[in-house]
Amino acid sequence: MAVLVIAEHDNASLKDATHKTVTAAAKMGGDIDVLVAGKGIKDVMAAAAKIDGVRAVLGVDHDSLERQLAEAMEVVVVGLMDGYDAVLSPDTTTHKNYMPRVAAKLDVQQISSVTGVESADTFVRPIYAGNAMATVQSTDAKKVVTVRTTAFAAAGEGGSASASDSAANIGDLKSEFVSEELTKSDRPELTAAKTVISGGRGMGSGENFKLLEGIADKLGAAMGASRAAVDAGFVPNDWQVGQTGKSVAPELYIAVGISGAIQHLAGMKDSKVIAAINKDEDAPIFSVADYGLVADLFKALPEFEAELEKAGV
Amino acid sequence: MKVLVPVKRVLDYNVKARVKPDQSGVDLSNVKMSMNPFDEIAVEEAVRLQEAGTATETIVVSIGPAKAQETIRTGLAMGMDRGVHVQTDDDLEPLAVAKILKAVAEAEGADLVITGKQAIDNDYGSTGGMLAALLDWPIGSAANSMSKDGDALTVVKEVDGGLQTVKLQMPALVTTDLRLNEPRYASLPNIMKAKRKPIEAKTPADYGVDTTPRLKTLKVTEPAAREAGIKVEDAAALVDKLKNEAGVL
Ligand SMILES: Cc1cc2nc3c(=O)[nH]c(=O)nc-3n(C[C@H](O)[C@H](O)[C@H](O)COP(=O)(O)OP(=O)(O)OC[C@H]3O[C@@H](n4cnc5c(N)ncnc54)[C@H](O)[C@@H]3O)c2cc1C
Ligand SMILES: Cc1cc2nc3c(=O)[nH]c(=O)nc-3n(C[C@H](O)[C@H](O)[C@H](O)COP(=O)(O)OP(=O)(O)OC[C@H]3O[C@@H](n4cnc5c(N)ncnc54)[C@H](O)[C@@H]3O)c2cc1C
Repeated sequence: MAVLVIAEHDNASLKDATHKTVTAAAKMGGDIDVLVAGKGIKDVMAAAAKIDGVRAVLGVDHDSLERQLAEAMEVVVVGLMDGYDAVLSPDTTTHKNYMPRVAAKLDVQQISSVTGVESADTFVRPIYAGNAMATVQSTDAKKVVTVRTTAFAAAGEGGSASASDSAANIGDLKSEFVSEELTKSDRPELTAAKTVISGGRGMGSGENFKLLEGIADKLGAAMGASRAAVDAGFVPNDWQVGQTGKSVAPELYIAVGISGAIQHLAGMKDSKVIAAINKDEDAPIFSVADYGLVADLFKALPEFEAELEKAGV
Repeated sequence: MKVLVPVKRVLDYNVKARVKPDQSGVDLSNVKMSMNPFDEIAVEEAVRLQEAGTATETIVVSIGPAKAQETIRTGLAMGMDRGVHVQTDDDLEPLAVAKILKAVAEAEGADLVITGKQAIDNDYGSTGGMLAALLDWPIGSAANSMSKDGDALTVVKEVDGGLQTVKLQMPALVTTDLRLNEPRYASLPNIMKAKRKPIEAKTPADYGVDTTPRLKTLKVTEPAAREAGIKVEDAAALVDKLKNEAGVL
């Protein structure tokens, strides 16, 4: 059996989500190759060749792949699938964009956001906002799977796989990239951070998120938010944690002014330790929090920051 | 421009799903069902396109049991022109749904299909992408805003790092994200009016689609529960616990 893992990268560097997807692939058994599709990807290919357990790295370098647009990725991946029994990608927006296209072209039912791999054809995935876990077995000849990377540990980096360039026949596309407006931040990436601090509607305004910044600085934390905070325009859309936003599973998740709706819990309840600050002692967030502080956040946050300082954090 | 919007009837987002004791699935008897919230956003967008004179006809389609008609009526009450109901009592997977939707889109001569980015029950998030591929159309996933000029559709998408803008040649498919618009509530007169709007009755067989499932559900279980935690007195106690008990600072 051979499994193709699609790398997560930004053309310059390889992302940890790739290593985690390799771990999921390894549970299926068989040989693992990594596909790096992009533009100017030499360094990414070299990094992918170091991942433990990888047989070979295939690089497809093409102008149309700079942004990994859906149609171009479909052509590249479908073109390679003769040689593979399964293809796995992280379940980030880049891959969610084209993996269903790959599945449809291969006439395969995609298995989305798996959190467990039982065997080469059987997978566990959350449904209903994580309120139920379905174990499904695929009867398709080839498997198309996206992986909830927070559920898998990253593969190590002691490998030395071969790396080679592969050509792709990408013709005219019916879509083109126009522009991008990326949120600039020096903080760690939300889905990969060891600590995440999120604010909700209770923060009251975007300005008030400054109260979380000092704490995030001290803890080296990424910043997140509830849907309500994003909808209200307090913070950018890519901060949304939840069923329909990002899934995170850090060592520590701190929820501030977030009530704990099922859609929010779906994206963070696998965190190792959860702390919550909310003025309503009956807020559902306390039912998943290891440590709950019932307090007004405008009073509690400055105190929390000062206490961190005192504790030498 | 003809716009087709597929809508799914799902467990209402306010209701917590309960796993059946025999682990065969989620209990959907006697619980509130509603239109998938992302599909309400898709319907709203289609109706706005028509109100702006950009769309000439808006069609709402649902694949599902007899009760899926109610979901179609909701779309009609929000302002869609007419409905198509593809009736089946089987649990169809996204691939089968996409194949049926392809046939409907072709039969209707749709220029634009707007689906939800995901259905909040099974969370596959794959129907839209599959449908676009089967039609060989370009896709704008997780739309934050969209606008048509001439034969092109400009879509601003929500991506992991922020926002990305793409330009699609029509015909095209768009999947909705939460910030695309705020769906309207249907007014009482419009609910009454919707009762008289036509809904065409179809079956998967009418479109010659093989809907045999590709996945076997072996079991559906409760997720691992978290143990209840404790309440702390103040910020100092919180820092102390996080540092000395949990060891995460
Ligand atoms: C289709 C769909 C998808 C969704 N997807 C997501 C998703 O991915 N992620 C997500 O987060 N939500 C999602 N939601 C929304 C979700 O249902 C909730 O509406 C949302 O999570 C609520 O955000 P919140 O907790 O910030 O706001 P609220 O529920 O309004 O809670 C605010 C909390 O702040 C507390 N508070 C207020 N003032 C203070 C203060 N001064 N000090 C301390 N505490 C204070 C209040 O006690 C309250 O508990 C989705 C909903 C739908 C329908
Ligand atoms: C393990 C498993 C368990 C299942 N359990 C159930 C169950 O308990 N109850 C049940 O009803 N079904 C169940 N199904 C079948 C389920 O209805 C299909 O998976 C579904 O049609 C597509 O998945 P999704 O809604 O997550 O798709 P997504 O790809 O997330 O849906 C995206 C969009 O596609 C469109 N769309 C999707 N389905 C339809 C439709 N039927 N009609 C019109 N438009 C649609 C909508 O615009 C929607 O926003 C199950 C399937 C599996 C594999």
